[in-house]
Amino acid sequence: MLAALLVMTGIALALGAALGYAAFHFKVEGNPLAGQIDAILPQTQCAQCGYPGCKPYAEAVAKGEAEINLCTPGGDDGVRKLAELLGREFKPRGTPVEKLKTVALIDEQTCIGCTLCIQACPVDAIVGSAKQMHTVVSRICTGCELCLPPCPVDCIALVEEPRTPQNWRWKYPATGLKVVA
Amino acid sequence: MISRLFGFRGGIKPDSHKAESSAAPIRPVPLPPRLVVPLIQSSRGSARTIVTIGDKVLKGQCIGEAEGLAGTAIHAPTSGTVTKIGRYPMAHPSGLESLAIVIEPDGEERWIGTEPLEPAAASREELILRVQASGIVGMGGATFPSHLKLGKGAGIETLVINGAECEPWITCDDRLMRERAADVVAGAKILRRLSGARRILIGIEDNKPEAIAAMTAAARESGIGKDANAVDAGDDAIDIVTVPTRYPAGGEKQLIRALTGIELPAGRLAADFGVQCFNVGTAHAVYRALVHGEAMVSRIVTVTGNVERPGNYEVLLGTPVSRLLALCGARPDTNRTLMGGPMMGFTLPSVEAPITKGSNCLIAASPTLFPPAPPEQPCIRCGSCARACPVGLHPFELYWSSRARRFDDAGKYHLFDCIECGCCAYVCPAHIPLIDYFRFAKSEIRARDEERRAADQARTRFASRLARLEREKAEKAARLAARAAETRAGLAAGDAALVAAAVERTRAQAPAAANDKAAPTPEAG
Repeated sequence: MLAALLVMTGIALALGAALGYAAFHFKVEGNPLAGQIDAILPQTQCAQCGYPGCKPYAEAVAKGEAEINLCTPGGDDGVRKLAELLGREFKPRGTPVEKLKTVALIDEQTCIGCTLCIQACPVDAIVGSAKQMHTVVSRICTGCELCLPPCPVDCIALVEEPRTPQNWRWKYPATGLKVVA
Repeated sequence: MISRLFGFRGGIKPDSHKAESSAAPIRPVPLPPRLVVPLIQSSRGSARTIVTIGDKVLKGQCIGEAEGLAGTAIHAPTSGTVTKIGRYPMAHPSGLESLAIVIEPDGEERWIGTEPLEPAAASREELILRVQASGIVGMGGATFPSHLKLGKGAGIETLVINGAECEPWITCDDRLMRERAADVVAGAKILRRLSGARRILIGIEDNKPEAIAAMTAAARESGIGKDANAVDAGDDAIDIVTVPTRYPAGGEKQLIRALTGIELPAGRLAADFGVQCFNVGTAHAVYRALVHGEAMVSRIVTVTGNVERPGNYEVLLGTPVSRLLALCGARPDTNRTLMGGPMMGFTLPSVEAPITKGSNCLIAASPTLFPPAPPEQPCIRCGSCARACPVGLHPFELYWSSRARRFDDAGKYHLFDCIECGCCAYVCPAHIPLIDYFRFAKSEIRARDEERRAADQARTRFASRLARLEREKAEKAARLAARAAETRAGLAAGDAALVAAAVERTRAQAPAAANDKAAPTPEAG
């Protein structure tokens, strides 16, 4: 009887010590689920979901505070991936996603150098300083449109990226229809 | 060393259709009324135009400067006037337009007269710079800049010169070797010096006996040649090796395998294994550029198929395809034009597209010559494609995953090792356009990788911006706290001077503030 009690107590203590050690030494910083969700999001940082960027939205989804279908640039495809990851029901987003990537373009004739767009850009893709002309580094621009509202002279437009042989894509091969009758 | 041949796996034996165009000698093409020279002529980077509208240019004059290390220069194909610089359809399956320089010929064909280099006397760097400045790219179709391939000039043992020309219908390399064998051999010897190789292997398919004879004679005449079975004479060996006719024996990896027995692993370059491979056309162009000072302004193009006068033509770069077709007499039932061979080429979206450095062949197609493909049927998993694949892939697996858009799976089956030779689609009994699916999947994967790269970049930039804002806020708070502490400490110490200074500062600021209120200006904010 006593031996059995001692053995059980011993096992309990050993396991408790192991768990305590693991909890202390192998602690995962932050929420790993938020990282996985963030990896699916398109990183446009457009804040159209109502959160100030992709990471905050990912954290909100991970905590269960936000719906999974709030991301506009991600489209239905992104919602489907999130639903798969989280085991939740797919909710259609309902917006067209098949569009060319757009980038912001500043009309340099009109720009007055107010720096408001620089402060609005989530990825620091606009360069310039006060009363100097600004310009967009198109390679970095995510096309989030956040620079449009603050511009006092409406000199920013979103333009489609030009098609080049490098970013041109082959079409899905057309499957011939079969004549059955 | 006795040359021995090694096999490569797979491959097919389609009808060669070479006799149509290989009989007649290479003919010149009359000057077209205008030449459209695209600025993108190589697979790595474009050129930057250095002429303006109205400029008079001479034949061989540089009109587009090499952009960056990988760029190659573009030259005026003839003497004349630059009349336009604009966007024109390019010879690409997309039918996209690209920047091009339009030259109206003056009919004089005056060369600019670049000083030739003596290959034996000039330094290696000088020669390689000239190769780049002469705009030389791989003439086999891939248009990879040759100066990049020449690399460091060390670690290369064998130089392979590719004269296999395995694709049906195409005969431009065949005619080049027959008529200008000595130039090709001279070019090969320059390339050997530049790459630092010891021996040269020239691989030619056995369906070109005249080319083999001409090249063997030229190699012997150059003083050091041996035929295929001769014993090697040390450093100076040039071996003309006959390889059995089997498509795609002219693929770079397949030819290297057949000639040297080296099987290149996925994702590795031939140079890592001491082998470098150039097309015979490239060797010829190198010779013309260095020894005659002629930049790359023309190439030999096979025009064949549904035309009255098939053959090989020396075509100035920028000549519209439509003009060549008219010259050769395309028959009225021609319904499309292929650029490149029937296996790896593509249908030209517009016959106004110009000939570029990579255009080796034009085929006028008619419904009788190239009947439309029978309807695609379901894959019955017969495995014919896997037996035909020269790379040893499983095309049926790639097909299922590409068709279902499961691109990760396609990657696992090594989609990017596919050389798009078309053997699998050729043997497929279900007539599945396999290569179309592979090209689709490849471009989708490339686009997805690019999106992923952009997203990663945006993520780090967003994170560092947040960190920066946070840091600035903390720094500001710390600065204010430090100043407050200083003031407090001064007051505590009863620093009368400090108090006096503060009072003085407030007095000085008061009138200014009053002025600001009285007359606010936009600049004041």
